Amino acid sequence: MAKRFLSGNEAFAEGVRLARPQVISAYPITPQTTCVEALASMVESGALEAEYLHVESEHSALSAAIGASMAGARAFTATSSQGLLYMAECLVYASGGLYPIVMMNACRSTALPWNIYCDQRDSLLLADSGWIQAYAASAQEALDLALMSFAIAESPEVATPFMVCLDGFTLTHTYESVEVPESAQADAFLPPYKTENRFDFENPKNLAFSAGPETNYLFKHQEQQGMLNALKAVPQTEARFAQIFGRAYPGLTEGYLLEGAEYVLITLGTVTGIAQKTASDLRAEGFAAGVLRLRYFRPFPSQEIAKALRQVKAAAVIERDVSFGATGAVHQSVCAALQQQGITTRVSCVIAGLGGADISEDDLRGVFADLAAGRHETRFAGIRERRDER
Amino acid sequence: MSKPRLHEGFSLKPEAIPFAPVYEAGFLTRKNGVWRSERPALVPERCNGCLLCALCCPDGAVKATADGKVEFDEDFCKGCGLCARACRRGALTMEKEPCHG
Amino acid sequence: MSVNPKTISSDEPFFGHKACPGCGGALAVRLILKILGERAVAVLPAGCMSAVGFNFPQLCFGCNAAISTFAGTASMLAGIAAGFRAQGITDFKAVGFAGDGGTADIGIQALSGAIDRNDDILYVCYDNEAYMNTGVQKSSLTPYGAATTTTPAGKRLRGNLSEKKNMFEIVAAHGIGYAATASVGYLPDLLKKAEKAASIKGTRYLHVIAPCPSGWGIKTDETLDAAKEMVDCGLWYLAEYEHGAFTLNRDPKAFGSVRDYLKRQKRFAALTDEDIEFITKTRDAKWKFIRENFRRAG
Repeated sequence: MAKRFLSGNEAFAEGVRLARPQVISAYPITPQTTCVEALASMVESGALEAEYLHVESEHSALSAAIGASMAGARAFTATSSQGLLYMAECLVYASGGLYPIVMMNACRSTALPWNIYCDQRDSLLLADSGWIQAYAASAQEALDLALMSFAIAESPEVATPFMVCLDGFTLTHTYESVEVPESAQADAFLPPYKTENRFDFENPKNLAFSAGPETNYLFKHQEQQGMLNALKAVPQTEARFAQIFGRAYPGLTEGYLLEGAEYVLITLGTVTGIAQKTASDLRAEGFAAGVLRLRYFRPFPSQEIAKALRQVKAAAVIERDVSFGATGAVHQSVCAALQQQGITTRVSCVIAGLGGADISEDDLRGVFADLAAGRHETRFAGIRERRDER
Repeated sequence: MSKPRLHEGFSLKPEAIPFAPVYEAGFLTRKNGVWRSERPALVPERCNGCLLCALCCPDGAVKATADGKVEFDEDFCKGCGLCARACRRGALTMEKEPCHG
Repeated sequence: MSVNPKTISSDEPFFGHKACPGCGGALAVRLILKILGERAVAVLPAGCMSAVGFNFPQLCFGCNAAISTFAGTASMLAGIAAGFRAQGITDFKAVGFAGDGGTADIGIQALSGAIDRNDDILYVCYDNEAYMNTGVQKSSLTPYGAATTTTPAGKRLRGNLSEKKNMFEIVAAHGIGYAATASVGYLPDLLKKAEKAASIKGTRYLHVIAPCPSGWGIKTDETLDAAKEMVDCGLWYLAEYEHGAFTLNRDPKAFGSVRDYLKRQKRFAALTDEDIEFITKTRDAKWKFIRENFRRAG
């Protein structure tokens, strides 16, 4: 097993290479570009045998991936921000059709104003599109998710497309030491794609048809079941992964210093690192801080969140998006899950890190302090309120 | 033959919904002919079996018979009249469909 | 030797659909699929032909077929072709059937990309000159003077005032391997072109005039007549583009009457003599260009 110094994008590309996609169709957009460029290089050198389609837009990228999946091939695409929104129609198409496509989204802010830096407004806007969503926090995890995403998506009882989210620049373009597995291990973990949901010349099929009022909801119910089956498929796949690759993952969420925690931050993606350091420092000062990272946002890990927050005094979501007119997508999902289970722990929404804004340890210490002081309202970090404001 | 087949009396049960929007190709459950207001009538002695009518039918409802003439699919003919219009030998006329109650 | 009514396949891969009686589009799809045979894989975007053919559980394509997004016919086809190729499957005929809207408006970007990549697909535009499936709204292939629901003919304006976009020449300008215009009013020519297109690799484009009796305001049995008259009066030309050159398949010695062609259709009812004169002059200018630049067939 080789150790290489790779960026998040490069590590993810290695994972994709190992997953042996048969068709790659992608349109360039910062900060996804170095991933699809790495894949093009691999195709040129022969390290990766795949049909590489130079599509003329993101909509075409995912539309072509859907076509490839209909033909029975394993398909991959990648995008970000404006591109993700441009292909939005195709996201719902892919999930409704149950095509287990994997897509990497480099999380980037959405215009307006224009901003190419990291936040999670793009992926969170499409959280309801029917795609599984996982958020990587390290380049190693990115590589491993590249492999696991295909395995989970293609599980017959799941059959759901999978979006792997890599924080733009903060993960896609930062470097770390990564273990790159051997092809033999990857092949043992991920067999070739097999499905009935495809064209067939022996028994021709009609795909992607219309379903009227009498039957539509029945299809949608099945789609929901497929996504919910991922709640089991994720830990099962991770167990198999650990067996073959020797790296264990903790399931849909990752707890840090949750034992006896009184105040917890909820995070997605790379902000987790600084949140964990802050919590660790605070614990040394006698403050019972903890961090709960949502590795998966869809399907939503309601049980894990309930378990983690039940005994906690208060929690805050570090929300890298805004649900205008309401709070934030993550916050809303967390609160709904707690309410459904009768848990009354107060959870506040701290909107931070928009458009690549830095989230510092001081910022997070401030959030913990606010929790301890009983502050619960939704707020933007970094906006100082005037004293005379109501 | 890949021609779609009619499965008469088929009724879809909720439990039988396919797991995804994918199904056997060419699966028909309803006839279209009930809507027509005219139907083609053959004048056999004028028909030379050229099959121009069969070519022109948007619904594929005209077929060659073994005796070199044509017949019409009652279940799927919509009575558009393109067959009669295409016939160069006056072997086809369009008749009014008796009124359905 | 091309097919004729007796030798064409007796299979009916497109059957049982809910198209209007006399639908030109349905005829085009039906005939082309008969020619392509059992290895056809058809993609149809939102539009008339998908709307009438895929209402689960009434599924009217006997061959492998799928609906694409409205804008995504050509891109989905590109993916299908690549997906088959990646699995070593080479015996397939990927074909798209899109309307004028799905080709010249919302679908043009993906079509352009496919031609650019020379994806191995046959793209057929069945042109009924408006968004017919949604109730006759104007598209960029709606001809000058046609009334549609979004270009109604009233006291002030007598219908659509923009010229029909020339998709055939736009496609040809990409340097495509093979493109042709056709009409359901000239079926032998259409069948011959479909066979030719089916035998070539790379991206191929067929643009078929396919009248819609409902939208054009003609009787259900006048579909093929109108499609023939459109060619005969010169408002549509039958041509091919191949190996970098245009070939005119039919050069009328004398044009049929533009007035008669237009006035038979309710959608042109509001046109005045000046309008018809204008349309005729536009036709003449175009034919001057054609006769100076296109080769003649045979």
